[in-house]
Amino acid sequence: MEKMPKWADVVLIPLISLILAAILSALVILGIGEDPVEAVNLMVTGALGSTYGWGYTLYYATNFLFTGLAVAVAFHARMFNIGGEGQAMLGGLGVALVCLYIPWPHWSLALLGATVGAALFGAAWAAVPAYLQAKRGSHIVITTIMFNFIAAAVLNYVLVNLLRPEGSMDPASARFAETVHLPTLHELLAPFGISFSKAAPANVSFILALIACVVVWLLIWRTKLGYEIRAYGHSEPGANYAGISSVKIIMIAMLISGGLAGMMATNNVMGEAERLVLNSTEGAGFIGIAVALMGRSHPFGVFLAAILFGFLYQGGAELALWTSIPRELIVVIQALVILFTGALDNMVRMPLEKLFLALRKGKA
Amino acid sequence: MTIMKSLLGAAASLALTAGAALAEPALIFDLGGKFDKSFNEAAHNGASRWAEETGGSYREIELQSEAQREQALRRFAEAGANPVITMGFAMADPLSSVAADYPDTKFVAVDVTWLDAPNIRQIGFAEHEGSYLVGMMAAMASKSGTVGFVGGMDIPLIRHFGCGYAQGAKAVNPDVTIVANMTGTTPAAWNDPVKGSELTKAQISQGADVIYAAAGGTGVGVLQTAADEGILSIGVDSNQNHLHPGKVLTSMLKRVDVAVYDAMKAGENLETGVFNMGLAEEGVGYALDDNNAPLVSDDMKAAVDKARQDIIDGNLSVVSYYENDSCPAIKF
Repeated sequence: MEKMPKWADVVLIPLISLILAAILSALVILGIGEDPVEAVNLMVTGALGSTYGWGYTLYYATNFLFTGLAVAVAFHARMFNIGGEGQAMLGGLGVALVCLYIPWPHWSLALLGATVGAALFGAAWAAVPAYLQAKRGSHIVITTIMFNFIAAAVLNYVLVNLLRPEGSMDPASARFAETVHLPTLHELLAPFGISFSKAAPANVSFILALIACVVVWLLIWRTKLGYEIRAYGHSEPGANYAGISSVKIIMIAMLISGGLAGMMATNNVMGEAERLVLNSTEGAGFIGIAVALMGRSHPFGVFLAAILFGFLYQGGAELALWTSIPRELIVVIQALVILFTGALDNMVRMPLEKLFLALRKGKA
Repeated sequence: MTIMKSLLGAAASLALTAGAALAEPALIFDLGGKFDKSFNEAAHNGASRWAEETGGSYREIELQSEAQREQALRRFAEAGANPVITMGFAMADPLSSVAADYPDTKFVAVDVTWLDAPNIRQIGFAEHEGSYLVGMMAAMASKSGTVGFVGGMDIPLIRHFGCGYAQGAKAVNPDVTIVANMTGTTPAAWNDPVKGSELTKAQISQGADVIYAAAGGTGVGVLQTAADEGILSIGVDSNQNHLHPGKVLTSMLKRVDVAVYDAMKAGENLETGVFNMGLAEEGVGYALDDNNAPLVSDDMKAAVDKARQDIIDGNLSVVSYYENDSCPAIKF
């Protein structure tokens, strides 16, 4: 018997968590002498009040969709992949190499190639921790997080010593050719007579992310492999007894997860920056964890959570631009949301479950 | 009808004032942060001086990561800020793509001189000339005959600083030993006082007794350690003499504050193009105030002022690292 109805699990708990985070954030803003109502107003109009704001919100959401899905897939196999950041960084390297060294005739082909390159690099970066977990029992949390640092160092080295154009001071690769420029939402929507901000970076990879959502849903709930992944996630001995190989599931789930995280680079590296810069991931790999937790590892939930975090990111950027709220506090506000929706989930869940049980008893 | 008209009129005037209110300058700090006591803080000082004198207001943002550069630029340009002032060479690439999209907005790029765009005011500084002067002072003040240089990120710009410094030191004492280290190869090297402190200790153990920090926020650690260990240091960009009175020999001034102040003062009528600020334009120089007056002897001052004049008159030329990506006085 379910402890509480599905709608409460999916909608009510995240909502209450969010409200709690919002109240605490408001207190923090009040504490430094700013007006919280004004701040919320700024965040909402800045992130959702114009096509420019939407463009950035969706751009960030695209990043979080990929990393959120990556974490979600691994969650189903009860793997806690916190290496999304490193996998996305390496995915960026894959995209950069594909875009810089292959003369693509058209962006659509380039996107296909870049997606493959990004997924391969991301998956390769996840493969080593996955192998160590599957064969040696090294804990995936430890190895993936250590691989984030190695990824940052590798990227540092590659950008400073190999990809930096001659004479340039900035540790960044050269700009990609015009032909691999991905159409932005502005360019995509213009033929339909919809005017969308030209400056916003949301691009065609948002659609790629939506497709990834559907594919992940199909994979997890409509294929044999997905069934095996979920079975393994629920009970390893049970899955083994049913003839499912632990090594195979760990490897496959982590490779898919790393590939998804890597594919984020089609958005931030290929779609936005059009060159590889340091820190291009901007912490999206870690946000992906919160997105997956909040979205209950379901692609649709991940989609909603990604939009929410896209809003928080863009709203936070607006706050930094137009108020004197220092940048550290904006990080605090974002962290509060993550804390409440991710880590403190049980704080809301337990009392709610009790409440629903009590209600049910009352009826019976 | 009349009500409608007045309403529309009110709305229009509201829109107009809103637009006018936004035509204020905007300032984008580089990754070291606003209060790095050096490069970015110089810009902050220039901007606040302008705000105090004119009563005007400006927008500002401290970048948190490399990926934000373009968004910050676009957002300010989109909101009608004019001019948009950017700090540091790393803004060159984002500017090259953004500036063309906002032809009516004027941009200011400090430390960038190589872009081809009609609406950018590009300001370069002759850091090698200023560094030459402080290099002379370092060699004169040194008793051990060894002087140190701590750079931030290892890029041609910082080698350019070090090269001028080495030439100045060698001009005074041809046998001087110059120890040079860079903090790192990424922008994180601009804000790593701990590493700066370690490098200072390492240079002291090699005999250095005057150390020049050209490293943004990292320099704070260099100056602190030098003061703790009882040797002299040289600050950079802003006047850092006051950080440790009597322990900082001088500071190589790079008048980013003047550049920012001038840009804000000119407002929308800003002149664009490439501007080089050398000793003659007082774009660079060395700092002399009450905090370091006891450290600077009359001989020292006379020699440095003569060199300064010679450079301005063209009788003395300091080789720029950029000329052929190498330095005659030191190997990095």
